[in-house]
Amino acid sequence: MSMASRLLPLIPLIPAISALVLTWLTWFGGSIGRARAGKLASGAVGVSLILAAIGFAEIAGSPPDARAVTVELFDWISLGSFRASAALVLDPLASVMTLVITGVGFLVHVYSVGYVQKEHDVHRYFAYLNLLTAFMLLLVLAENLLVLFVGWEGVGLCCYLLVGYRCQKRSAIDAGMKAFVIDRVGDVGLLAGILMTFVVFGTVSFQELLPLAPTKDTTAVGIIGVLFLVGAIGKSAQIPLHVWLLDTVEGPPPASALIQSATVVTGGVYLVVRTAALFAESPLAFGLVGAFGAVTALFAAAVALAQDDLRRALAYSTVSQVGYMFLACGVGAFGAAVFHLLTHAFGKALLFLCAGSVLHAMAGRTDVRGMGGLKEKLPVTYRTFVIATLGLTAVPPFAGFFSGNQILWSAFRDRDFLMWGTGIVVTFLTALYMGRLWMLVFEGRFRGSGIEMGPSGEPPVTWPLLVLAVGSVGIGFIGIPHYSAIASFLADPLAATTHEAASLAAEGSLVLLNVAIAASGLLLARRVYRGEASSSRPAAEEAVRPEPTLGWLRGRFGVDALYGRALVRPLLFLSRTILWRGVDRTVIDGGFHGSARLIRAGSEGLRLFQSGNLRLYLFVLFAGVVAMLAWMMLGARWAF
Amino acid sequence: MVPVQHYLIVSALLFSMGATGVFFHRNLLSIFLCVELMLNAVNLTFVAYSRSAGNLEGQALALVVIVVATAEALVGLGILVAVHRGRASLDVDDQNLLRY
Repeated sequence: MSMASRLLPLIPLIPAISALVLTWLTWFGGSIGRARAGKLASGAVGVSLILAAIGFAEIAGSPPDARAVTVELFDWISLGSFRASAALVLDPLASVMTLVITGVGFLVHVYSVGYVQKEHDVHRYFAYLNLLTAFMLLLVLAENLLVLFVGWEGVGLCCYLLVGYRCQKRSAIDAGMKAFVIDRVGDVGLLAGILMTFVVFGTVSFQELLPLAPTKDTTAVGIIGVLFLVGAIGKSAQIPLHVWLLDTVEGPPPASALIQSATVVTGGVYLVVRTAALFAESPLAFGLVGAFGAVTALFAAAVALAQDDLRRALAYSTVSQVGYMFLACGVGAFGAAVFHLLTHAFGKALLFLCAGSVLHAMAGRTDVRGMGGLKEKLPVTYRTFVIATLGLTAVPPFAGFFSGNQILWSAFRDRDFLMWGTGIVVTFLTALYMGRLWMLVFEGRFRGSGIEMGPSGEPPVTWPLLVLAVGSVGIGFIGIPHYSAIASFLADPLAATTHEAASLAAEGSLVLLNVAIAASGLLLARRVYRGEASSSRPAAEEAVRPEPTLGWLRGRFGVDALYGRALVRPLLFLSRTILWRGVDRTVIDGGFHGSARLIRAGSEGLRLFQSGNLRLYLFVLFAGVVAMLAWMMLGARWAF
Repeated sequence: MVPVQHYLIVSALLFSMGATGVFFHRNLLSIFLCVELMLNAVNLTFVAYSRSAGNLEGQALALVVIVVATAEALVGLGILVAVHRGRASLDVDDQNLLRY
């Protein structure tokens, strides 16, 4: 029994236990103090991080064909020929994901300690955060689809809880509900996929299932792939189910940082990568992954350009970047997708924590048109924000450069020029909108009014920002082309077969092109928005400024409105008018109240009989006895 | 020997008189006496049949009825005394508290 297999169950278990303790305290009104609650929660994730690192070291240190540790906890379901055990597996993919989740999760927890001091219910916040980490770890460590499904649902639940954390705010409750309901749409896909998997393969265990994929009917495998894709689209907020992620910004900013970087949105990408063998069998499913990813990446990047809410702009950026990962999967670069997931997790967590600092300094105002000149007020946030921005856009030597290039190169190498072109445009748009945020928030003059800022508006804890900044610079170097540690570590089956045809000159010129495009995006943003940032017009005046070209983008292509008209309103009509007023109130309540009224009316009649007149009682008694006697005598005669 | 029908006619008359009294008397004590009359009408039937049948079962039943009637008289009269003390009236039409 190796070290890793003994410690493996503890990785998700420790944050879960911490979440339980904190929930207990919330319910029964106990308190261990705000600071100590944060320390407990952070400590639990910290221990998981250490365990994950031990596991990673052990996996990386073993020979390539023995890089999987499976732990069977107990027999979960055993029905006839169907067996599913609660089993965890630590293989290269899982260990990388575990490291990212616990690493980013730990930093977000630590940052939260300082950030949520003013919230009234800190125990509950940390319980949710811990629970989210635990379920996400369960999701990536799952050895079979059922355990994965438990983690998947748990993550959805925690998303709902965290987004609706400020439960006195109507918008937060609505946003939480939206996230939960839209998540269910994807879950139907995943669940149907799991059932279908069992029908086709007879097992739900990844290790038994994936090698069988080439032997099964292509159509059936393709249907499973499409169903899984539906689940992934829901969880990873891809078009058309992306609308929930944009409202998650109603939650506390550190929670958004965790949801949108290392945990929830990566669930879908993880599922696709984990079941890559299925997708590889079906051109249809494979093509759909790429198509959804490309459309989402392009659409969200365009919309991000026109968002005035800092958090929403970042959320659209997340949607776009996750779309980029799907695009990578769609061109067969599963390793590159995971690599991009890694670099994006660091960059986006950092950006959201920076947004948290900005919101902290701006007393909760989120409109970038009312910011500006925060460079001097928030020096640490400014510097880390710039690093994260450069990391997200493909500027060397920051992390996004390596992962982005790897994806684009994979697309180009496979002669998939549509995907490649989409990637280039997305790179440009990403540089443009990140540059816009940079300019509007930090450069120029402060355009807000009515906010008194102290000499330093930084939140109490800033070192997680610095660690994440170092991470988003350094993480890229594990994926240098041709010396790529990560691709061979993940043993990407498709990349390994086609990698040799690469021409160094072509790859080099593509990298240069990509860098030039990113740089031109940033420079264009500087040119366009620098002036706007320097103007001293108050935010209110800017709000009414007509801007027809960006109107569609600002309205996010009307997707929310369309859903409102096409789905939410008919559903509400069905629920309110037909089901509530019609079925519930008329039929069910009517039947219930009607029977009660009937019995009441009958009783009203019968109680008149209880007159209190003793002689009447006696007479009735006597008449009754006589009637019975008569019946017995006459009846006896009739009977004979 | 007097035939059993004569006894039965007397018994039926006594029973009807008792029942009529129960229905139409208003004084609780009178009602009570009428109930006793009905019981004794039944006793007469028992004894008459017992005699005509030539065994003692009917007489034994009559004795049982007498014992029960005694016990009933005891309890009933006790209630009557209590009612009279509490309400200063023995009119049945006044005893109508237990109504809707």
